[in-house]
Amino acid sequence: MEVDVVNAMVLLANFVVVPALAYGSQLALGALGITLVYGILRFANFSHGDLMAFGTMVVILLTWQLQAWDVGLGLLPTALLALPLGIAATIAVGLAADRAVFRFYRQKRSAPVVLAIASVGVMFVLNGVVRVVIGPDDRSFSDGARFLINAREFKTLTGLAEGLSIRTSQVLTLALAVIAVAALFWFLRSTRAGKAMRAYSDNEDLALLSGVEPDRVVLLTWAIAASLAAVAGTLYGLDKSFQPFTYFQLLLPMFAAAIVGGIGQPHGAIAGGFLVAFSEIALTYPYKKFLGYLLPDDMRPVGLVQLLSTDYKLSVSFVILVVVLLWRPTGLFRGRIS
Amino acid sequence: MSGNARAAIGFGVVAAALLSIGLGQSWSVSLAVLNLCLISAVMALGVNIQWGYAGLFNVGTMAFAALGGLAAVVVSQPPVHEAVSAGGASLLLAAGVACLTVALIWLACRRLPAGALRTAAVAVAALAGYFSISAFFNPAVEAIEAVDPSSTGYLGGLGLPIVMSWAVGGVFAAGAAWAIGRVALGLRADYFAIATLGISEIVIAVLKNEDWLARGVKNVTGLDRPVPYEIGLQRADWFQDLVHSLHRDTLTGLTETESAALLRELVIEASSIFVKLCYAGLFAAVLLVVLLLSERALRSPWGRMMRAIRDNETAAEALGKDVYRRHMQVFVLGSAVVGVAGAMLVTLDGQFAPTSYIPLRFTFLIWVMVIVGGSGNNLGAVLGGFIVWLSWIEAEPVALWAVATLTAAMPPDDPFRVHLVEAAAHVRPILMGVILLLVMRFSPRGVVPETVGGQQRLAP
Repeated sequence: MEVDVVNAMVLLANFVVVPALAYGSQLALGALGITLVYGILRFANFSHGDLMAFGTMVVILLTWQLQAWDVGLGLLPTALLALPLGIAATIAVGLAADRAVFRFYRQKRSAPVVLAIASVGVMFVLNGVVRVVIGPDDRSFSDGARFLINAREFKTLTGLAEGLSIRTSQVLTLALAVIAVAALFWFLRSTRAGKAMRAYSDNEDLALLSGVEPDRVVLLTWAIAASLAAVAGTLYGLDKSFQPFTYFQLLLPMFAAAIVGGIGQPHGAIAGGFLVAFSEIALTYPYKKFLGYLLPDDMRPVGLVQLLSTDYKLSVSFVILVVVLLWRPTGLFRGRIS
Repeated sequence: MSGNARAAIGFGVVAAALLSIGLGQSWSVSLAVLNLCLISAVMALGVNIQWGYAGLFNVGTMAFAALGGLAAVVVSQPPVHEAVSAGGASLLLAAGVACLTVALIWLACRRLPAGALRTAAVAVAALAGYFSISAFFNPAVEAIEAVDPSSTGYLGGLGLPIVMSWAVGGVFAAGAAWAIGRVALGLRADYFAIATLGISEIVIAVLKNEDWLARGVKNVTGLDRPVPYEIGLQRADWFQDLVHSLHRDTLTGLTETESAALLRELVIEASSIFVKLCYAGLFAAVLLVVLLLSERALRSPWGRMMRAIRDNETAAEALGKDVYRRHMQVFVLGSAVVGVAGAMLVTLDGQFAPTSYIPLRFTFLIWVMVIVGGSGNNLGAVLGGFIVWLSWIEAEPVALWAVATLTAAMPPDDPFRVHLVEAAAHVRPILMGVILLLVMRFSPRGVVPETVGGQQRLAP
């Protein structure tokens, strides 16, 4: 009986917990960018998904070049070497978009919805650029060791009936996410520039009166949001695969994560990212085998015991969004209300 | 320059472009573009009602267009009797239980005081509802989808003329808009946008996966037509005589066989043009009706009230206007217009393919039309629909031509050239984004700006 319980737990870890941790980290990194832009520049940035796609595209192109030169990191994916340049390119694009599009409306103090529509224009352009450069098809760029431990090794190691496989990309995602988030929080809490950003987000006029330079705050915001976008996009691409249109679809769960957590609140975006990821995967996982281990023979379920068909994965984030908005409109962590 | 003069110039440019396509490529292509322009214009009118009149940032247009398309299937396809008898009854039961569950939850929310008891009651009702709905729904779906899955596997429709589906599409979209509005209106503009974007994705997911409804990704093809078939026209004597009399000059002086061969070609070409002209007539009629009604509504006290709410919600509320209900009204009306256009589009295509609904094409492109044309101005939205659809459809051939000219010196198998030729199709979104950004920046009120009482509105 105890072995069955362990088997059930391993099964759940393999199909729900580990994938959701990785996916949640990717969503959290993306949602952090959205929430920062929303909190500081005060608009919903619809181009964030395509900004992620752009950063990933740069990383992919560099990775291919490195692979052609036979430069690699051994067990780790080569994409890690390409990532810094990818981040730099994404920051450049974010700043260029701000300079060419968003700055004008910011200085005019246009309504947030006007900026949101302008971000739709930026989304169109970035989307087209990515498709023109790398095409609309699936691109793979992962290399190095695929698994840290695969299901068969785990089974022989532990003697259990169920295997647990952990992919390199999943571990990498978690590690990079932890580093990025730790660095971001340290920056926001402990440095002068970070405090200036938080002050600007809380009360723009007061911050300006206290001598915060708005241009610097804007520059830093784009730099951070774009770096996070490039990292999140690359990790998602390594973990799943790169296809420009899936990055547009990520916009919805990322927005859901940001709003659910309380928009403008960095820790809320992280909590929201994991909430969305765990709900998506847990609700669409068929529990038949899991319950089979735990329940006595005569009570084993006949059907798949899947609460929601996998095809409705995308809807989960939205339902969470609506429920949270109705029940607690400011999000879990009291985001900005204005 | 007055708005009307700008509109006249704009429509002149569109007409010239369509003429040049007709003369340069073929009239059939030109009319095909015109038909989609007309449908786009109706969709743009729908979005203009929401954004231009009331300032609602609805990015779920795709869902309403798709629901209109669903109406075309449900109204016009012949019923699949076997499937209806196999699963229709249980499906109705499932729907009944669903209504009962909703009613119970509603009652619990109304009658019980807020607190643990209410939460528990709602949870129990929802869970019990979920399992009893599944008990009826899942076997019904299985039975329906098992009926000849390669050709039907769905309930079919009512077998009525497809033109009726245009009205039904409007009703479907209006109903969905009402339900969505109950949840999402009242949210702030940006949350409302995210919410509608999300709901539209869910609607498409449902259409893709619920095969019993409209065959999902297996598509419904060969829909009924409101106009004659080309093949029937080609065989009809009156049509052959008509073509003959139109081309009398070219046909005389040829030998019998030559003249017969040429006539056959001319008849084939003419039949395609005739069919497209019929469609264009129907669509133009709908467009005119919607345009006239929208224009009357905008000029009425109701339209003035909507603009007042848009420009200053707080002031309008202080004057006693019920902002939520007016928003709901305008949301339902605009969505219904989009639904009508969606049904028209599926009628024109002759097939319903849920996978073809992507937000870039069915939501954001319509938005570009409204903003380019001039938000708040109905004629502007129509013109925007024409201009933007023309640029969208012609961007690809123009880009291909440009690539061909630029790379003429390269060998045909040069990888860079091959890549450019492949990439040419994807310049469309770039062009759209650039047009949107330029118009927003340098002419924020669009090509035909909104007018108030005969005067142009001052810059916001």
